[in-house]
Amino acid sequence: MTQLWNFGGGVHPPENKSQSNNRPIRPADLPAKLILPLQQHIGEPARCIVAPGQKVLKGEVIAQVDNGMGVPVHAPTSGIIERISLEPVPHPSGMSDTCVVLIPDGEERWCALVPQPEYRKLGRDQVLVLIRQAGIVGLGGAGFPTNIKLRPSVDRKVDTLILNGAECEPYITADDMTMREKAAQVMAGLRVMAWLLRPARVVIGIEENKPEAIAALRQAAEGSKTEIAVIPTIYPSGGEKQLIQILTGQEVPSGGIPADIGVMCQNIGTAVAVADAILQGKPLISRVITATGEALAEPGNFEVLVGTPTSHLLTCAGVDKQRMSRLVLGGPMMGYTVQDLNIPLVKASNCILAPTEQELPTPPPAQACIRCGMCAEACPMELLPQQLFWHAKATEFEKAEHLNLFDCIECGVCSYVCPSSIPLVQYYRFAKGEIRLQRAEQQKSDRARVRFEARQQRLDREQQEKDQRRKDRALAAAKAQEQKTAEAQTMVQNGTVSDERAGKSALVAQALARKKAKTTAASADTAPAETFAPENTGKTPAAETAPNIEELEQQLTQAQAKLEKMQSMLEDAHSGQAPNVDKLERAVDKNIERVRCSQQAIDDLQKQAVPANRNAEPALSRSND
Amino acid sequence: MALVQQSSPHTHRARPTSRVMLWVIIASVPGLLAQTVFFGWGNLINVVWCIALALAAEAAILKWRSKPVGFFLKDNTAAVTGLLLGLSLPQFAPWWVSAVAVFSAIVVAKQLYGGLGSNPFNPAMVGYALVLISFPLAMTTNWAAPVGLWQDAPGFGETLSAIASGQQTAVDGWTMATPLDEYKHKVGSHTAAEITTHPAFGNFVARGWEWVNAAFMAGGLVLLALRIISWHIPVGFLAGLVAMSLLFGTNADQYAPLSLHLLAGGTMLGAFFIATDPVSAATSHQGKLIYAVGIGALVYLIRSWGNYPDAVAFSVLLMNFAVPFIDYYTPPRTYGHHKARRGLPTRKQG
Repeated sequence: MTQLWNFGGGVHPPENKSQSNNRPIRPADLPAKLILPLQQHIGEPARCIVAPGQKVLKGEVIAQVDNGMGVPVHAPTSGIIERISLEPVPHPSGMSDTCVVLIPDGEERWCALVPQPEYRKLGRDQVLVLIRQAGIVGLGGAGFPTNIKLRPSVDRKVDTLILNGAECEPYITADDMTMREKAAQVMAGLRVMAWLLRPARVVIGIEENKPEAIAALRQAAEGSKTEIAVIPTIYPSGGEKQLIQILTGQEVPSGGIPADIGVMCQNIGTAVAVADAILQGKPLISRVITATGEALAEPGNFEVLVGTPTSHLLTCAGVDKQRMSRLVLGGPMMGYTVQDLNIPLVKASNCILAPTEQELPTPPPAQACIRCGMCAEACPMELLPQQLFWHAKATEFEKAEHLNLFDCIECGVCSYVCPSSIPLVQYYRFAKGEIRLQRAEQQKSDRARVRFEARQQRLDREQQEKDQRRKDRALAAAKAQEQKTAEAQTMVQNGTVSDERAGKSALVAQALARKKAKTTAASADTAPAETFAPENTGKTPAAETAPNIEELEQQLTQAQAKLEKMQSMLEDAHSGQAPNVDKLERAVDKNIERVRCSQQAIDDLQKQAVPANRNAEPALSRSND
Repeated sequence: MALVQQSSPHTHRARPTSRVMLWVIIASVPGLLAQTVFFGWGNLINVVWCIALALAAEAAILKWRSKPVGFFLKDNTAAVTGLLLGLSLPQFAPWWVSAVAVFSAIVVAKQLYGGLGSNPFNPAMVGYALVLISFPLAMTTNWAAPVGLWQDAPGFGETLSAIASGQQTAVDGWTMATPLDEYKHKVGSHTAAEITTHPAFGNFVARGWEWVNAAFMAGGLVLLALRIISWHIPVGFLAGLVAMSLLFGTNADQYAPLSLHLLAGGTMLGAFFIATDPVSAATSHQGKLIYAVGIGALVYLIRSWGNYPDAVAFSVLLMNFAVPFIDYYTPPRTYGHHKARRGLPTRKQG
């Protein structure tokens, strides 16, 4: 007998499993179209490798992940790719994502499959590649790529491999029925995983409310070392952390993964998918999904192609849409409601629940928390839900985090027992979301500040270097000029002109000197300021300033015109709520800055030029005659 | 038809606050019955009067605060506050003493702090402590004598008119000092044997009171069995009281004996019905234990060395003060953590 441990808390909600587990698994009819999201796993979305109009075979890869984490998506049946477009996907937010829409041709023609019954002769890495190529992710809900999970890092040796057959969530019987009907496949998949991981202990945990499944697995596991552990029925015993505690007595460290304590959990459905992939070469294109709830005439479990629209499965199960009060994807404790009945069922979907209003009534309005502590009694993570609620409501996120908000697994037990019917889990989701947002914003602003400071430093440094270079150049030029003049003069005076060029330049220099002397003498009485003019250039600043101002003014008017245009465009964009508002705003800011700079430059120049100009006019006219 | 859009979970256990409070009321019935059997109609009249007042006060202030009156009245919490006051006030307390107690409990201690769930102090005990301090005469001389010790026992009508008359003191023959009061005033100058010759002590521990306490304990055990209260507070309360008594008061000639502490006064009502008010109690199991042991210890302290013969109200209120502090230092150890995170969050540097 396997030793079992208890976890704190837990509840016994009505199981309602008999609605769906008294019929064998039925194949769902072929739907009119299949909607295949490119991202059905944690990691990079897959890249679509088919085009609209293309014919595909059943099992053919239609989207591939080249780099990074992720698994390919396969065509669940043969048919024609209709389009690649944004479609609503199963997500609590009701968001849309890129999907491949496939119109089945009804022929169900398979592509070539390569079974590997002798997988033990392959390398472990090769088998992991096969698992990846089969598109297998954890079928428990999170959708983590199985090949990555099955290759823990070297320092995390898996001693205990747990197959999670607890299925503690009410209503859902997909794993139950899979274990009953496909016990051999479950064991085969488990053997592949055990071969990959070489754990010391392999154990299947099943809640005691599934006697048929227990019997079937016991039979299938006959002669193997696999333990079948029958665990008490209590929600959420099938939570990964809780199941590990029940079966090993160990706790997964906060923020860590089970492999940190040498444990790995795998899902029943995943084991079947691995067995199909390795032993039959079949990729993951279908799974068992429970369709249940009193609004269905024929609830039960169905073998459903990935991508089947929810409405199609509802029809297969004989839905009475008038009586269906809500549609839940998943179970009643952790599932989420959806509005759009066309969303596809994906690899991670395990249940659709179509209850009537009497069955799962809308809860009464929330009352005040009386701190009765029933939530804390029931919490399987031993948190203080009422304190977390208090802090989340007051947006005291720091305190909520201090009380280990992020250890909450959102199992819903606290809301289930709350006598004031407070939607506690919703408050925790809100608080977690807000904290994540705050962190992201903090990071963003930190990065922006670092970037700004770095830029400022770089600009300062460049300016300094520029100034330094200019100074150096001016110094060098002055020196060179001085030397040249001195040389030339010595040469002229000595009459030892060595070559024609030197002689010429010396003559030019002399002529210039003469002219300068003349100008200086002429302007000395009328314009003493003239002497400020740089000696070597022979040009006055005034001569340079006049056209410059004109030029700058022209630039300014141009910039202003542009700015006006931009601003009007921005206004249009604002009123039309165009997506490029941000971009325009940045452009306008840039232009305002440009105009300001030009204005500044003109002002500066005018300030300098005013005294110079007044004196320059006569000087210029004189030098011209 | 529009589908319901709602956050998980989609299923709920059907045990609303109103039913929890109803169970508290039902569980108090044995105690009230015992009170009526042993001390006459006074408690029953008080209970009815206090509940009626509590509902009226709650309705009035909810209306004044523009809150949905029916929605809140239906949670039965005001009724429970009235009930607890009715059970704990002296049998012949004049009607206006009860009215002041209920008014300060509902209006001041509960609604002015924000209503249900927001009150730091146990409302019923605020009301009780207030009238105990304000009207000491009415609150000490109106305890009914136990059945059998009455001269000319008052019927329902007489009891009602005594309460309704508003006189501070009732007819002398109907009332008697409580056993705790009697013991307190004679201990030191008399031996235990001398003190217990007083008829109030009866043949066992405290005539009438012992059965009332036993009945409240029985009702409390029902609440425990229904998991409406957890064991931590009653056990902590009684353990604190017992521990103090064993530590200091084993000599019955100097201190009231443990049996009297447990079976006289408001001990069991306090341990199972009053200290267990979740709103003003500590949160975690460990916190509840500390909170309750504190109340038990304070009850002993005040009974033995304080000026008041009984002390449940003051002890509960004093520990209510400590609840936020206790809560910060007694969170449970969360799954996957080596130890509990105590205290307040420390701000990260920088």
